[in-house]
Amino acid sequence: MEGLPALLHGFEVALTAYHVGLMVVGVLIGILVGVLPGLGAPNGVALLMPLTFFMPPVSAIILLSSMYWGALLGGSTTSILFNIPGEPSSVATTFDGHPMARQGRAAEALSLAFLSSGFGALVGVVTITMVADDIATFALRFSPAEYFAVYLLAFCAFIGMGGTDALKTAVSLLIGLSLATIGMDTVSGEMRLTFGQDELVRGISFLVAVIGLFGIGELLATADETEKVEGITARVRLAAVLATLAQMPRYTVALVRSAAIGIWMGLTPGGPTAASFMSYGVARRFSRNAGNFGRGEPEGVVSPETSDHAAGVSALLPMLALGVPGSATAAVMLGGLMIWGLQPGPTLFQDRPDFVWGLIASMYVANLVAVVLVLSTVPIFASVMRVPFGLLAPLIMTICLTGAWMVSNNGFDVLLAIGFGVLGYLMKKLDYPIAPLVLAMVLGDKAEDAFRQSMLMSQGDLLVFWSNPLVGTITTVALLLLAWPPLSRMLRGGAPAVRRTAQ
Amino acid sequence: MTRAASPCALSAFAASRRALLLGGGALLARPALAQAWQPQRPVEFVVAAAPGGGTDQFARIVQSIIQKLNLVRTPVIVTNKGGGAGTEAFVYGRGAAGDPHKVVFGTNNVWLMPLVTRVGYGLSDLRPVASMAADEFILWTHAEAAFRTARDLIEAARERNGAFRMGGSQARDTDHILTKQIERATGVTFTYVPFRSGGEVAVQLAGAHVDANTNNPAENVGQWRAGRVRPLCVFSRERLSLTEKVHDGVGWSDIPTAAEAGIGPEEFRMPRTVWLPARTTDAQATFWTQLLARVRETAEWKAWLEGGSQSDLWQTGTELAEFIRQDEATNRDHFREYGWLVEQG
Repeated sequence: MEGLPALLHGFEVALTAYHVGLMVVGVLIGILVGVLPGLGAPNGVALLMPLTFFMPPVSAIILLSSMYWGALLGGSTTSILFNIPGEPSSVATTFDGHPMARQGRAAEALSLAFLSSGFGALVGVVTITMVADDIATFALRFSPAEYFAVYLLAFCAFIGMGGTDALKTAVSLLIGLSLATIGMDTVSGEMRLTFGQDELVRGISFLVAVIGLFGIGELLATADETEKVEGITARVRLAAVLATLAQMPRYTVALVRSAAIGIWMGLTPGGPTAASFMSYGVARRFSRNAGNFGRGEPEGVVSPETSDHAAGVSALLPMLALGVPGSATAAVMLGGLMIWGLQPGPTLFQDRPDFVWGLIASMYVANLVAVVLVLSTVPIFASVMRVPFGLLAPLIMTICLTGAWMVSNNGFDVLLAIGFGVLGYLMKKLDYPIAPLVLAMVLGDKAEDAFRQSMLMSQGDLLVFWSNPLVGTITTVALLLLAWPPLSRMLRGGAPAVRRTAQ
Repeated sequence: MTRAASPCALSAFAASRRALLLGGGALLARPALAQAWQPQRPVEFVVAAAPGGGTDQFARIVQSIIQKLNLVRTPVIVTNKGGGAGTEAFVYGRGAAGDPHKVVFGTNNVWLMPLVTRVGYGLSDLRPVASMAADEFILWTHAEAAFRTARDLIEAARERNGAFRMGGSQARDTDHILTKQIERATGVTFTYVPFRSGGEVAVQLAGAHVDANTNNPAENVGQWRAGRVRPLCVFSRERLSLTEKVHDGVGWSDIPTAAEAGIGPEEFRMPRTVWLPARTTDAQATFWTQLLARVRETAEWKAWLEGGSQSDLWQTGTELAEFIRQDEATNRDHFREYGWLVEQG
């Protein structure tokens, strides 16, 4: 491990008072930006960008990446409290986080989310410290066929592990895939499903869709069952955070498994969103409390949060080594890198070790700072749930609609969000799962591009997905996961095993 | 100024730091621009690309220089409207007809996109202000490839009979157009594989998943420095001027031109352009032209050009309009031949 001396040097860079100060500022701005849906990390980073042009590059990246960690945590806050995911990768947190908040366990859910994020980030950064030197070579092995296999793995892990009606899942998935095709097609250069409308040319923003499906849809559904809605009366104290901390060892298995999934998806091109969905799907399948998932199961918060952050952190290195951003936020930071006079690429690690290792060291410190800061906000945010629904609902609606507007300063998006709100409400009422739709919207167009690129490159030969051990293994595992439910039934010899898990 | 939004507050903070360094320099700069029209309201720089790419950097560099030198009294904010390969920004520009506070930053996609896809604007909806730089195109291959020169590559492609994989960014965009032009000039056919961005194409070439690409210098330099890709020729009439050696004793100025390498087209460049909405006045266009001319003189601007190995290409007024007219006509003919041309209606 030749990284150790380099890392120590990195700590020298990161632990100056100026840099720690930047981390605190960055994290605080990030939390603020993350809590306001629609503003989002990419816009926040873009706003701060001009400020960094005249800083040394390492200070600039510390400020921006700290803000990113803050924004990720802030995004989880709104997922849990209002069912509005601030970032694509915190969608899976809403599945159990929000039900927990509605049961009056907001403080527990928030603390769980932040602590598992911290754990995930820590495991992620330790891993990249160890593999930093080999990362570029590994990532270069990914052609479109491997990309497609990784996306397929995420889809299959989530869908194959699902418990809901298979037909309804398929409907939801297909709606999501159709929505993902709207706008300009990368491979043909044609406009698809825009019906000649200028507003549809840029496609449907994922954020607008989730604000509608989750935020507004949830509001409508809640308003529908008003009798059940009560404000929460218990006072929230910092002690609740400590109590949750003491519980953490209970989730060791979930934590370790999710961190492993997160790191794998972060180092491969899957990314944080795929990681959190996959981790949630796997947890739902293998957890002892499988039946409680979707109704406020703590493990359903721990799993996606851990792998989201493990993936977010470990995805940063391939980005520096390859110059290909894994998310919108990363794209903005990468643009900044070039303006600061640094060239992302495999040689960045040799040319600018102070920068790379300063960043890695700052990730240890900044994530710690972020978790501590955000935990101290738990009592404030959790108290929001004590506000009676009648007062809270218009406020959330305002946040949702302004959030939809802020995504790209466009009135059409507000109408879209309302439309998605109605769709979300109907899906909830008719018991269609929303998650497959969201997953398809996030990964659908990427998977489609990767598939068509593979077909162009192999002259239409499907065997390209088994053309080398790497892609062959991923594809096979993906298909096995998809076939898991009937397969496991066969292996266990049928009915008795099924009955046991159902209890 | 009381309506100043948060981006301006941030920049004001940054500006206060810079003011110490700059001293009175900014004050001297004012009178030259203070003559006729001046922005009255906050200015919006509309980027026809998502955050992070070359066009985004272009707008943000101009913004940062303007703020540093205090060339505009009102705040300048940058917004990204990159949908539909940038057409979102141009449609927005159309909607802002007559408003000199919306400045659109793009490339040659302003006049090429309406040729290949149905868009909600026409070239007459925007008024060209200036072309400030040109991004160069280089033919690259990966380190393990057998061919050493551009001619060898063409011969190898001829033997592969259409199965030679050329990676590029987007379909019917600059990389694809250049690939078609190479096919026209040499008579070979490639399998063109479109990816989302030049960065992705660079990685696919470095991993030897495609056989060649036509990336801009900035997109491939990282992999070149690591010795994973090699340049074969630059599509320019003159060699690149940067003398810096990048890898193994070879540098930018050692790359042969396409003509020297014996392949075509001789020249292919992508201008970086600035536009105002239609129905803005000449005085307003003059203000922005003069302002950009000053930006172009600064060390920051020159450093950015050099950092991305881009060339200086300063065209304004009738010269620029004539260039656009000719380029549009040539491409229209080519696109008709490829079957790409779309009738707007």
